[in-house]
Amino acid sequence: MPLVKNAAIVEDRFVRILDDAVVPDDGEIIVPADRLLADASELTQRSGATGVHWPNDRNVSELAPYLDRLALVSLVFPSFRDGRAYSQARLLRERYQYRGEIRATGDVLRDQFILMHRAGFDAFEVKKQADAVKFAEAVARYSVVYQPGADSQSSAARRRRGRIGLAAVESAVTARS
Amino acid sequence: MYIYDEFDRTLLAERVREFRDQVARRLSGELTEDEFKPLRLMNGVYLQLHAYMLRIAIPYGTLSSDQLRTLAHVARRYDRDYGHFTTRQNIQFNWIKLSDLPDVMADLAKVGLHAMQTSGNCVRNVTTDQWAGVAPDEVEDARIWAEILRQHSTMHPEFTYLPRKFKIALTAAPHDRAAVRVHDIGLRLHRNGAGEVGFEVVVGGGLGRTPFVGKTIKPFLHKRDLLSYVEAILRVYNQYGRRDNIYKARIKILVHDMGAEKFAAEVDAEWQAIKDGALSIDDAFIADIASRFRYPSYEDLPDNPASLRAARGRDPRFDVWYRNAVSPHKVPGYSIVTLSLKPEGAPPGDATSAQMDAIADAADQFSFGEIRVAHEQNLVLPHVAQKDLPALWEALDRVGVATPNVGLVSDIIACPGLDYCSLANTRSIPVAQELTRRFKNLGTQQELGRLHINISGCINACGHHHVGHIGILGVEKNGQEFYQITLGGRADEKAELGTLLGPAVPYGEVADVIEDVVAAYIELRERPNELFIETVKRVGVEPFKERVYAAR
Repeated sequence: MPLVKNAAIVEDRFVRILDDAVVPDDGEIIVPADRLLADASELTQRSGATGVHWPNDRNVSELAPYLDRLALVSLVFPSFRDGRAYSQARLLRERYQYRGEIRATGDVLRDQFILMHRAGFDAFEVKKQADAVKFAEAVARYSVVYQPGADSQSSAARRRRGRIGLAAVESAVTARS
Repeated sequence: MYIYDEFDRTLLAERVREFRDQVARRLSGELTEDEFKPLRLMNGVYLQLHAYMLRIAIPYGTLSSDQLRTLAHVARRYDRDYGHFTTRQNIQFNWIKLSDLPDVMADLAKVGLHAMQTSGNCVRNVTTDQWAGVAPDEVEDARIWAEILRQHSTMHPEFTYLPRKFKIALTAAPHDRAAVRVHDIGLRLHRNGAGEVGFEVVVGGGLGRTPFVGKTIKPFLHKRDLLSYVEAILRVYNQYGRRDNIYKARIKILVHDMGAEKFAAEVDAEWQAIKDGALSIDDAFIADIASRFRYPSYEDLPDNPASLRAARGRDPRFDVWYRNAVSPHKVPGYSIVTLSLKPEGAPPGDATSAQMDAIADAADQFSFGEIRVAHEQNLVLPHVAQKDLPALWEALDRVGVATPNVGLVSDIIACPGLDYCSLANTRSIPVAQELTRRFKNLGTQQELGRLHINISGCINACGHHHVGHIGILGVEKNGQEFYQITLGGRADEKAELGTLLGPAVPYGEVADVIEDVVAAYIELRERPNELFIETVKRVGVEPFKERVYAAR
């Protein structure tokens, strides 16, 4: 399954650790949620980077105490129709100011890339090779967005404000009253 | 009218391009039907019994004459020369080819129309009072807020794959013409004790197989907080709404299971964390959206001019229509005119391309080029000078949209039913058609007064039968079409669900039963101007049941 970061297919340096497997001290790993919560102090003091695989029916507020020591949070789309992880990603970015990698896993398809990107995901375990190749094109498909997201794109409202200037707004207010 | 600017136009063009690519990938097999389905649904494309159906959004029910002409063009060029206006202020075309759809979307985009989010588990077309902006009783024009919500919810990065569809309706008048209490979120603009205008927020209303009247979770929300509060509701729903059972996935079930108080507390906790952030609305933001709404330059005209009085005296047919279809406008000398799409014997809400073109012309000539779509499946010309009413009536009468039955028993709301829909258990349209024939006598209809019949061909309740004064629900019993009758439902500010009258009756007996219900009402009413709905409220359904089932 190709991993896409910064719009390019890259090698995945992280190794997924199963429930009770032995954890090496070095190297990048992703542990299950319960394992992280059980062995947090040990896991977050490893010399290698640690990430967590977090289910979509668990509140990300539980992760808050560990976020500054986590290199990666892997979220899951069991089906592309199940959109819970969009909320989790936005909360991690916007509420908890998480700056590490947020990885989309599961049913990760081309037509949802742009939503995931805008919700704060920056790494994508893409299901189909053909979709991974088209990542940059899919994310660039919209030059206008209507609402602020966790990405850097300015909303139409913000850009309109920059364009119209205060005078135009004031005249519109006058015209209405 | 809201006039698109370069941002709106660009986004729409990009959406058409994306959809063209998605259709091409589906046709080539690169996308499976399973993967394609939610994508086409979010562009308004359903697969029905016989063909694809396209549902086009008419945001808050406002259309320009050019947009209506484009809908006529779609009917002529790509469909069978007619369209069907729905209970959510949209229009549907029932015979569209998949391969034509990208071209249809491109034609629509040229006049600022689209089919975005008219289906799928996302925030749907935001609906409002068809009289918004012209109703004498409104506190302000609700469409500005509907447009703010439309933009916010379009391709929302977090809320495009919700547990289930999500419908928002708004009203700004004390008399609710937008059925806000039976929506996922209902918003009522009103003035509080301090004279400020804000929103009452109602959640968890809805029909379908588990109908609920919504609960008020915030009696007064400041305007600046509308988007952050709606976002908080959607975020709570997105995380906690059920996804294991499609029939329990709507927000109404979550609100019911959690309890409205606990739900409100969850929303409030979420809202506190985001209310002062990027979604906070200031005056400049409102002014910017409002600046793209065009309002007519009304003339200074007297109310009830002599020429109107003379025409009413001269032509009794005109006078009957005037008394039925013409309503007060907030500007003196002007009226709001409702165009009935419910002529005797026709499917409710259908209009031919010739009718749409003629109505667009009439709008240009008499209504500043503006048309509204009402959730009762009728059209409205919102700015007609009273002196023009006789000429307008002639133009409307020529194309069959001046039936003076607005709000009367033959002004029936019905879903497409088994004639089109793959979900339906029974037919709806022929039931409606038969009822319009039974009640074709206008004198009888006037005698009965305001009486809403709503028909759904299955439990999904697209015909809103629960909130019809008389509700008719089609159910299948051993392969036969049967219909349950409910009485006393209403969708307005006193929203209530109807009560079951008795055992379901077979297809062939529905019209007889409705006739008996109506006869019982005449017998039971206290005075001639006690409305049907008032009589049912006063006496309950039992006396109706006794009379209707006595002979059966």
